Amino acid sequence: MKLHEYQAKSVFAEAGIPTPDSELASDVDGVVAAAEEIGYPVAVKAQVQVGGRGKAGGIKLVEDADEARDAAESILGMDLKGYHVDRVLVEEAVDFVNELYVGITMDRGEGKPVAMVSTKGGVNIEEVAEEDPDAIAREHIDPSFGMHPYQARKAVYDAGVDQSVARDVSSVLTTLYQLWDDKDGADAEINPLMVTADDEVIAADAVMNIDEDALFRQPELAEMEEEAAGGDELEQKADEYGFDYVRLDGNVGIIGNGAGLVMTTLDLVDYYGGEPANFLDVGGGAKAARIANALDMVFSDDNVDSVVFNIFGGITRGDEVARGINEALEQFDEIPKPVVVRLAGTNWEEGMEILNEDLVTVEQTLEDAVQRAVEYAGEVNDQ
Amino acid sequence: MSVLVDEDTRVVVQGITGGEGKFHAEQMMEYGTNVVAGAVPGKGGQEVSGVPVYDTVHEAVDEENADTSVIFVPPAFAGDAVFESLDSDLDLAVAITEGIPTQDMARVNKRLSETDTRLIGPNCPGLITPGEAKLGILPGNIFAEGNVGLVSRSGTLTYQVVDSLTNRGIGQTTAIGIGGDPIIGTDFVDALELFEDDPDTDAIVMCGEIGGEDEEEAAAFIDDYVDTPVAGFIAGRTAPPGKRMGHAGAIVSGSGTGTAESKISALNDAGVPVGDTPEEVADHIEEFLS
Repeated sequence: MKLHEYQAKSVFAEAGIPTPDSELASDVDGVVAAAEEIGYPVAVKAQVQVGGRGKAGGIKLVEDADEARDAAESILGMDLKGYHVDRVLVEEAVDFVNELYVGITMDRGEGKPVAMVSTKGGVNIEEVAEEDPDAIAREHIDPSFGMHPYQARKAVYDAGVDQSVARDVSSVLTTLYQLWDDKDGADAEINPLMVTADDEVIAADAVMNIDEDALFRQPELAEMEEEAAGGDELEQKADEYGFDYVRLDGNVGIIGNGAGLVMTTLDLVDYYGGEPANFLDVGGGAKAARIANALDMVFSDDNVDSVVFNIFGGITRGDEVARGINEALEQFDEIPKPVVVRLAGTNWEEGMEILNEDLVTVEQTLEDAVQRAVEYAGEVNDQ
Repeated sequence: MSVLVDEDTRVVVQGITGGEGKFHAEQMMEYGTNVVAGAVPGKGGQEVSGVPVYDTVHEAVDEENADTSVIFVPPAFAGDAVFESLDSDLDLAVAITEGIPTQDMARVNKRLSETDTRLIGPNCPGLITPGEAKLGILPGNIFAEGNVGLVSRSGTLTYQVVDSLTNRGIGQTTAIGIGGDPIIGTDFVDALELFEDDPDTDAIVMCGEIGGEDEEEAAAFIDDYVDTPVAGFIAGRTAPPGKRMGHAGAIVSGSGTGTAESKISALNDAGVPVGDTPEEVADHIEEFLS
């Protein structure tokens, strides 16, 4: 789960990391009022969770009320890389002499958190990592002890941060690690961490991603999630149903059980010349109602022309799956989109007996099922 | 022969009084697994399907000589349950639970480096030595005794590949689901080493997926140390970057690490053929064995 910039900044500020004065606004008058209060110049920043907001026109620096009004009118309501902008952060513009990068993430290869510092802030840090890996100082942290103070200093000095601000940058890094640790962070990042002419440091941007599996013990952040949610309508619906769902651009709808097998089904659709419309994992042990919900989800995607339903039952039972498919399809006078079903594993014979074969096409193997669904999707497009 | 688990393995099931724990403990016993105890705090003294329950794993070890634990504990408590198993001098702990916070697993990972207990998982289907014993939730009936070792990050994908093998009359020594989380105990390299050292394993299937660099490390290991022929499969060729594809660990990073292409080319470079379909993986294995 990704926090919005304004949410992450409030979390950082509360922990004592210096952040610019700012206010959230959702209408033009609100933007102007906030700008007047903060004092010009201010930055007007779209609150959507996509990278490259500045380049896409989602961040504007303004000097007076007219400019603030213009910026608010152009940004509020805009479509930024597919996301509707309904809120902006109005923020004091910081006069800086240097831009640094500080971040904490989990190094999955090492199975340990790693703290990172670079004097090449203000640009895409992943590009820095690729082009000039030595420009980022890294310090692995023992998660059972936490970050020792010397480690923060070491990372800061290794990165070549000027002595005049090293103490403050170390302190920001230490706080950032504590936040990451306390809040079950996946990534916590400040880019840029600005250095002013009087050697003050200030977090001009803030990224905080939370481990979704830990939200049960982060009630405050879980509340923020409701505000942070957004994006695709179908993805929101999937959240309600509790499905692992990712929407893609193609027209072959895919439902299956188990992440690896569903991914494989997507890959096979592509391999046989089709285009997958989605990833939908019903999870283990799905009952009939859940299966019906999954079909409902995929049917409600207008891009979908055919559906492949592939279940290899371990703890999921073929008879339950068949009942769910019947239940979902029997409510239609005419089946909206052709459905190809392949059942294997636990209770598949029982499932085949229950399945109403007038409503679906049955295939015995995964490969055949995918090819048939790709064929159906192609036929729809030919019409 | 087999690796890690056989008919002599003495199993304690952590979480045996829960719905899943009870169901799968019974399924394991039906398959022939020697389940000697359950461990659930506050439920000591009870019995589940004839298996004595203890309050702690330590008691189960002391009283029943358990040497292996299978963990069906809800995610909020599972990290602690894994610690308990690691601190009880077991040979093996298998964590089935999905959804353990990553930071909990980072702490477990640190502890693992200080103990002799091996961890499989979490977020895995477990492992099975066909005809002898299974630890976890794999459907026993699709497996057959034989000479192919299998290691996979995904449960149902394992079943798909095993089914293809078994239908061709090709059985398995042991199949290991190592789990779909970003931080896991036993990884591909560990499993490959076990199969390489097992005289009865004549070919190996390795099913990877997008995310992380374990498959690349495995490819380097195969190149240097593995003589047993290996066939591979990589799921997630069509996954977009930045999206978690079901498994917490199945994500191509924004900067483009963890892609299927990178893994497939690393494996190919190590001489490992990678199937475009699960059936093709079985084709390769059939060829190796003929």
